[in-house]
Amino acid sequence: MRTPWLTKSVAYGLAVGFSLTIAGCGGSKQSGPAQSAIQVKGSDTMVNLAQAWAEEYKKVAPQVDIEVSGGGSGVGIAALEKGTIDIANASRNMKPEEVEQAKRNTGKEPKEFVVAFDALAVYVHKDNPINEISLEQLAQIFVEGGTVTKWSQLGVTIPGASDDEIVRVSRQSSSGTYEFFREHVLAKKDFKLGSRDMNGSKEVVDLVSNTKTAIGYSGMGYATPAVKMVLLSTKPGEPAIAPTVANTLNKTYPLARSLFVYTLGEPEGQVKGYVDWIRSPAGQQIVEKTGYVPVPVTSAAQ
Amino acid sequence: MTEAALTPPGRRPRPVRPLWAIVGERALEVLIRLSGMSAIVFVLAIFFFVFREAAPVLFSDRFSPVQFLTSVEWYPTSVSNVRYGILGLIVGTACISGLAIVIAVPFSLGAAIFIAEFCGPRLREVLKIVIELLAAIPSVVWGFIGLTVTSRIIVDLTGAPVGVNVLNGGVILALMCVPIITSIGEDALKAVPDTYREAAFAQGATTWQTVRYVLLPAAKNGLLAAVLLGVGRAVGETMAVLMSTGHAVHIPHGLLDSVRTLTANIAAELGEAPAHSEHYRVLFLTGVLLFLITFAINLAADLIVRGVRRER
Repeated sequence: MRTPWLTKSVAYGLAVGFSLTIAGCGGSKQSGPAQSAIQVKGSDTMVNLAQAWAEEYKKVAPQVDIEVSGGGSGVGIAALEKGTIDIANASRNMKPEEVEQAKRNTGKEPKEFVVAFDALAVYVHKDNPINEISLEQLAQIFVEGGTVTKWSQLGVTIPGASDDEIVRVSRQSSSGTYEFFREHVLAKKDFKLGSRDMNGSKEVVDLVSNTKTAIGYSGMGYATPAVKMVLLSTKPGEPAIAPTVANTLNKTYPLARSLFVYTLGEPEGQVKGYVDWIRSPAGQQIVEKTGYVPVPVTSAAQ
Repeated sequence: MTEAALTPPGRRPRPVRPLWAIVGERALEVLIRLSGMSAIVFVLAIFFFVFREAAPVLFSDRFSPVQFLTSVEWYPTSVSNVRYGILGLIVGTACISGLAIVIAVPFSLGAAIFIAEFCGPRLREVLKIVIELLAAIPSVVWGFIGLTVTSRIIVDLTGAPVGVNVLNGGVILALMCVPIITSIGEDALKAVPDTYREAAFAQGATTWQTVRYVLLPAAKNGLLAAVLLGVGRAVGETMAVLMSTGHAVHIPHGLLDSVRTLTANIAAELGEAPAHSEHYRVLFLTGVLLFLITFAINLAADLIVRGVRRER
């Protein structure tokens, strides 16, 4: 009885040791001059996507290391302005003053590439009976001075919830998703104080899936079985539209948006190779796999 | 050897040390002196740099210190109306730290008294090691526990809509403060001279009576200092509260409401704030405020401990 356990653990130990050795060798090889690293930072909405791209690209071009980190579109753009990274992911456009700042610091003009489309989905708990909501109602829930604070005001009773108060789940202010929502739902007005400001797209969906009375917004790629995406209508009475691929592509979904990568100046060398690959059919396939909407070839070629 | 032989007779040969040893010793002395001084230099430098980053906003006419301290409205990135009010954050910090201290003090003083006076030497060693281990757990691990374990328990027990709230943050911070208060409190009790104990026992006092009427009054300053250092830790803690309090800017209406603290706010927003922008400077100003708060607490603790020494 003892022997199989022992052999197993020895085997595991050997396997771990062996793989560490290999990793060690790989590491020392990578430190050679031929190896180059691309630093990617920014949008939390795109962090999964960017990691998937980086992993897949490793198979295409093993000599290029791609280091991906999140923090929010604002963080990525701020780093690009300082010239500390090669590529910034953003779920919003760079603002004119940010472009100016980048030019002043680095002397290069940031170049924008649309790499995917996303529907900013409105999430509620799966037990919440609400199916559709209008942009106006959504704004009244989230905007400073908005009148909707209870689910009963929307005619909704949530089974099994002890509380009627709407728990608003929002994002930290460096998030591109936060700014997109503020611009397109709140008409650039401010958020109501007291929303739970999460530090990532996934955290929003996690909190909503644990909270029956919650409502939050996040990229469509983060949907799980524990949450429900609410259909959106522009005005009450108008048809509500689901955040699907088709509705995102034809822009009928009110919160459809583009996801961008920015480089400093026209990309060159390895960075150019990577950005080109992202926009190629192979890169766009990853977009689809991670739950976003690929850019049609014609518009990607522009 | 030769030099010793050359010394005139009748005088004791002075030990001659090589030049490198003399110079080396001097250099080492200077080095040690410098490292001692460096602590002061670093603290002053940190305060100077933090204040220098913050200072311009104090003189900007778009910024009002009164609004800064008395308004709840924190809209640093607003498109239409930028407002920097940190009252909600101050209240958040106060609530969480206050609750943490209320929970932590009875436990940690109890633990300190038990370790110092009641338990045997072997158990004492074990307990001290375990408490030191507890103090060494990184705050991000505590935050993770707050996010995934205690918040779920709170939802199950209280039916709160969201588990990451004041109560959750307070419990997590209390767990982090207990080891500090316990070990410093235990030191304070141990510092009471054994003659006090012997005198009490000689008069027929039980252990409990000794603790209650002799040791606690004698060690009260040290214990108070321990509690204050715990408060300092609670106020300054960042990562754990960032993860376990729900990050909502407002005045909480109860223990089950989410809040945001001064520290968590800096951690969450400094990365995005463009360097040298107003938002960036206001965050540094928040840092100055935190620095002053913790400085005041530590100074109070220090003065109290000094009080102990003078009495002896």
